[in-house]
Amino acid sequence: MTRIAARGAALGSLAVITLAFLGPFLWVLLSSVQPESNLSATPTFEFSFRNFDAVLNWETVYLPVINSVVISGSTAVITVVVAGLAAYPLSRYRLRFKRHFLLTLLFTTGLPVTAIMVPVYSMFFRFNLYGSLPAMVLFLAASSLPFAIWMMKNFMDGVPVSLEEAAWVDGAGWFQSLTRVVGPLMAPGVAVVAIFVFVGQWGNFFAPFVLLDAPDKQPAAVTIYTFFSQYGQVAYGRLAAFSIIYTAPAVFLYVAVSKYLAGSFSFAGSVKG
Amino acid sequence: MTVTAAAPARVAGSPPPGEPRRDPRRTLRWLLPMGPALVLLAVFLAGPILWTFYIAFTNETLTGSASVNSRFVGLDNFTRMFADDDFVNSFVLTFLFVIGSAVIGQNILGLLIALLQRGRGRVTRAVVNGVVIAAWVVPEVVAAACWYSFLAEEGTLNRVLGISQEWLFTAPMVAVILANVWRGTAFSMLVYSAALSDVPGELLEAASVDGAGLWARLRHVTLPLIRRSIMSNLMLITLQTLASFGLIYALTGGGPGTASQTTPLYMYEQAFRYFEIGYGSAMALVMLVIGALFSLFYLRLIKVEDR
Repeated sequence: MTRIAARGAALGSLAVITLAFLGPFLWVLLSSVQPESNLSATPTFEFSFRNFDAVLNWETVYLPVINSVVISGSTAVITVVVAGLAAYPLSRYRLRFKRHFLLTLLFTTGLPVTAIMVPVYSMFFRFNLYGSLPAMVLFLAASSLPFAIWMMKNFMDGVPVSLEEAAWVDGAGWFQSLTRVVGPLMAPGVAVVAIFVFVGQWGNFFAPFVLLDAPDKQPAAVTIYTFFSQYGQVAYGRLAAFSIIYTAPAVFLYVAVSKYLAGSFSFAGSVKG
Repeated sequence: MTVTAAAPARVAGSPPPGEPRRDPRRTLRWLLPMGPALVLLAVFLAGPILWTFYIAFTNETLTGSASVNSRFVGLDNFTRMFADDDFVNSFVLTFLFVIGSAVIGQNILGLLIALLQRGRGRVTRAVVNGVVIAAWVVPEVVAAACWYSFLAEEGTLNRVLGISQEWLFTAPMVAVILANVWRGTAFSMLVYSAALSDVPGELLEAASVDGAGLWARLRHVTLPLIRRSIMSNLMLITLQTLASFGLIYALTGGGPGTASQTTPLYMYEQAFRYFEIGYGSAMALVMLVIGALFSLFYLRLIKVEDR
């Protein structure tokens, strides 16, 4: 009997928790398809895509989303390439500084990057990089690198060295070995790191908010904030529709890699030099 | 980047006897692939951090004469900071925010959900995980929009509770703490799910046979076994929460007044509304040092456990 009671209590608690987590989503999901919606949560039986229709134009959605894709995409590509290269010696060679380097990386992942946005802004301003998209992307890539190198090394450690030996016998150098043998074998890992970085930057609000000057360079994270602070009260339905369009890629990509991410949550405990 | 400095020096010096002589080609073997990463990290990460150390001791501003000739002002920014009531207020609020939303909220709720999910069916797990993780995957500005409508005067929460309360004005800290618990619990839940899956079921059964109740098993078997994950998780979520900006900024803007203005928001206001870049950077330095201390503590923890 107690087993059944315990089971019931567990299921009941989970149901309450799930509903509580669902709560804040509700009005956003509902009001996006309500033709006349504001902040008061009174659903009607009317249903329309008018809100989506109203925001789907160049200025509100298309340009900011394209900017987001460019910023997050290029950050992800640069991070993955650079981290993949850096992970190779860390995974394959016996290097004296390896343990220290890896610990330094882990230390860096703990530093609050958002805390240094003011000095970063000042530095960018001094060196004429303020408003420069490429400079911001390089900064974003650098801030994603410590964690990316760490993940890449772990995935690379999973590829047996014996598979590379055949390539070495054939006279392949580290570069061929990395791009022809190790790279393809750890393709899922590469995708995980890329998507992880992409999704992280997709939601990044502070860096572009501070480092980019013109509104037409801003990614959706910033324009949705502008929309929110200007029209949030009056055009909540449109804000909700915009939110859904902007959130969808992040959710979709997360679902795509969630299966592979499971293992990386136990990363926190192990540092092997 | 001590690594780059130390290694070539070793190559140049004569190797200790018994070790193979290191030639430059051996160095190139790791320096070439690691080069781009080292350059990026040095210029765009170590660079800004070092810049913080410099600019925090100057009177740099965005307008006026100090914008062209900023000068060294010693500890002025720091003495000003500790005498500044608004800064002290922001610091206390940041502390409350970290303790309330990360250490208590996310950590305990994440552990609770992970524990409740043990032994549940696939469907239950998928639904619970799906909803909790969805809150985590949503970008922070969208999370703010969700909570804005949830807490609005005629929003979902007041409808459910049957009351009328302008949460964002009457209890802004409660609002941002709840919103951050909602957003961040998934991380702790995933860490603890992974940790709990490594706890052998036989141990729990043995304890159960010995008459240990639910609480005793949790306290004496499960928690000691996942001790390491708990410490790691606490460190990581504290570090993530410390510098949280977008969620609070979009939800309350630090207000009403300064009622929810945590240090990152105060830093932003000083730097970009009052153009006090030097002063803002001094706050950045304080946060950076606190982050670094936590980070070092976290590393020590892992190191000690490794031995």
